[in-house]
Amino acid sequence: MATSRATARALPAATLVLALVLSGCGARTDASGGSASSAAASCVDVSGDSVKIGLLNSLSGTMAISEQTVHDSLRLAVAEINADGGVLGKQLEVVAEDGASEPTTFAEKAEKLITDDCTAAVFGGWTSASRKAMLPVFENNDALLFYPVQYEGLESSPNIFYTGATTNQQIVPALDYLKEQGATSIFLVGSDYVFPRTANKIINAYAEANGIEVLGEEYAPLGHTDFSTIVNKVKAAGADAVFNTLNGDSNVAFFKEYKNAGLGPDAMPVVSVSIAEEEVGGIGIENVEGQLTAWNYYQTIDSPENTTFVEAFKAEYGDDRVTSDPMEAAYASVYLWKGMVEKAKSFAVGDIQEAAGGVTFDAPEGTVTVDGENHHIAKTALIGKIGPDGLIHTEWSSGEPIEPDPFLTGYDWAEGLS
Amino acid sequence: MTFLQRLLTNPRSRVLLGFALAAVLLFAVAPATMSTFRLNLLAKFLCLAMVAVGIGLAWGRGGMLTLGQGVFFGLGAYIMAMHLKLADAGPGGVPDFMMLYGSGVVPAWWEPLRNPVLAVLLVVLVPTALAVVLGLAMFRRRVRGAYFAILSQALAAAFAILLVGQQATTGGTNGLNGFRSFFGFDLTDPVNKRMLFFIAAGTLLVMVAVVRQLMLSRFGELLVAVRDQENRVRFLGYDPATIKVVAYAAAAAMAGIGGALFVPVVGIVSPADVGVVPSIGFLIGVAIGGRATLLGPVLGAVAVSWAQTSLSEQFPSGWIYFQGALFVLVVAFLPGGLASLVSRWARRRSAPPAPGAPAAGLAPEEAPVVGRSA
Repeated sequence: MATSRATARALPAATLVLALVLSGCGARTDASGGSASSAAASCVDVSGDSVKIGLLNSLSGTMAISEQTVHDSLRLAVAEINADGGVLGKQLEVVAEDGASEPTTFAEKAEKLITDDCTAAVFGGWTSASRKAMLPVFENNDALLFYPVQYEGLESSPNIFYTGATTNQQIVPALDYLKEQGATSIFLVGSDYVFPRTANKIINAYAEANGIEVLGEEYAPLGHTDFSTIVNKVKAAGADAVFNTLNGDSNVAFFKEYKNAGLGPDAMPVVSVSIAEEEVGGIGIENVEGQLTAWNYYQTIDSPENTTFVEAFKAEYGDDRVTSDPMEAAYASVYLWKGMVEKAKSFAVGDIQEAAGGVTFDAPEGTVTVDGENHHIAKTALIGKIGPDGLIHTEWSSGEPIEPDPFLTGYDWAEGLS
Repeated sequence: MTFLQRLLTNPRSRVLLGFALAAVLLFAVAPATMSTFRLNLLAKFLCLAMVAVGIGLAWGRGGMLTLGQGVFFGLGAYIMAMHLKLADAGPGGVPDFMMLYGSGVVPAWWEPLRNPVLAVLLVVLVPTALAVVLGLAMFRRRVRGAYFAILSQALAAAFAILLVGQQATTGGTNGLNGFRSFFGFDLTDPVNKRMLFFIAAGTLLVMVAVVRQLMLSRFGELLVAVRDQENRVRFLGYDPATIKVVAYAAAAAMAGIGGALFVPVVGIVSPADVGVVPSIGFLIGVAIGGRATLLGPVLGAVAVSWAQTSLSEQFPSGWIYFQGALFVLVVAFLPGGLASLVSRWARRRSAPPAPGAPAAGLAPEEAPVVGRSA
């Protein structure tokens, strides 16, 4: 008995040792801490008449309601490009994966799309956590990600193209607008995660330099729906405006409570950076009518490119659907990638990175241009007012595209933020 | 009887054969047939299976419905992640995210984790110590059944919220990721990834062996007795609280080790991996596999994770419905888990159950567990 027990334990151990001996040891990082780059060579197959691209959006979980719209928009762009002859004569073959609203799943699926499916580029991600989770995966494998959502800035990776706004194209213009309107005090309300916290750090720095008083800074956990305390604090503070970085369902509860407390766009306007056309319906038009938003695209933009985009989208997905900023940025990202590939005449990551600078696309929001240095794109900032029709109408525009400045190096007050 | 027949009918040699088979599958077949990506996925499943082994002991054998194993998994994972972050930053260095979101100074409670030996020890010791403290507090007061389940789940919720709130020191919702090396080995090198798989596979096999010994020992008998009739065990002069604390702490240690290996394998840990939902996820694998058996939890956890991944790859927009249907089917038709299929099959062949083997599936001892843990 005793011997067989001992064997039971010794056997796996012996196999383990054998396997370890056989496999040898891998590369060690050198003493300075830098890692020896040993990323596998790209396995993208461009020899056939089609090339694979990956779409990675949350199709389940809490973010699905938002990310599904981006997914639809990406598919529309791919269908249009394919109908138009593809990219460098090759049809695009979509591999879709579900990020499931979890950073870990995003990292895993990104790895799969790059190393297992051998896609030439991946489009997707929404939350900052999902982008941060994917960043090392794309850098280690030297692959490309197109990220279509406005975010908190302070980041620039050679392997990511950011087609949404960075802070100096959304938050800073919104603050400029409030200052122009004569606001001398603001109140900050946000969800408790990285985007609102970083955004508010920037807002505080701006406010200090521009003589605007920040009367309060309140955070609610993601998904929080009881806003009576926070709204009471907002009301008691009596600021000229509220800067809202709440995300998701919390907005519904916040705006209902805000209206119940007798506050409105005339007495104390709320500027939101995460409420687009899609969300207005969910919150209820009566609760947010007249409130302000800061984006780079609205469905109401009057241009031939936007008319075509909105009509094509409605034709594909139904008349009741609306188009929003992240959807437009996602749509543009596929065309920008196409532009880069055609300029580089190659699907290789290195060639695309080299060719990216200066690539333009006549997007629904207006002409956008890729910055070859920081991989963001120049965009026009628009402050909008939510109308009784549930759409957002441009109230103020920066007039021309603003060059992306993710680290806010062009602003004296932002020193020490990054 | 031929030698082969004897080998197959003798319970002890069957166990030995099982281990040998598992070892061959994990150490020879899997690396030879799977791509680096798939092997890495399997390594992740094995890490989750480690948590399941512990749950099998605490829930299947001890009747403690541990709805909060995410806490122990998370402690192990974050301790390892913090060590890897500090190691990447170099001696005296500051992890990148702290420069971005924090004060740029490493907090004092992070400092001990610079030491690799201490980090490895803490991976086991912190979850175990927490489980002992919690276990003593709960089991001494005879908290059990649904109350224990609710308490452990609340703990998981609180732990995740705590992590989210500490953006500057734990990475908040982003969690910790972007590890470059694992104790000096480059994590992007496929050879090192395979090594991690071997470490995970070896650790899991050791854990299964340990749990098997525990199940067969006097302690294992007592644990089952406590599950089924706690008062009678008390009247016999044993302290049920101590027995339960030991099982609970062992489960916590296994969850911690699983978490610690999960981090270098997957490359990220975030509050979404340790909260209520993943804690329930651990349990689902165990329930589907068969909680009271030795291998049921392991195979269940691996099978559920594998099904989750392949279903979501096949049907990215509808996989979650398939997964739900799978759970409903198993719960409705196989309440003892997939392991009960084996015992049914064995019963149909009217072979007497092997005396030494752990009771599988719908053994009589199953019934009270359902009632108590519900």
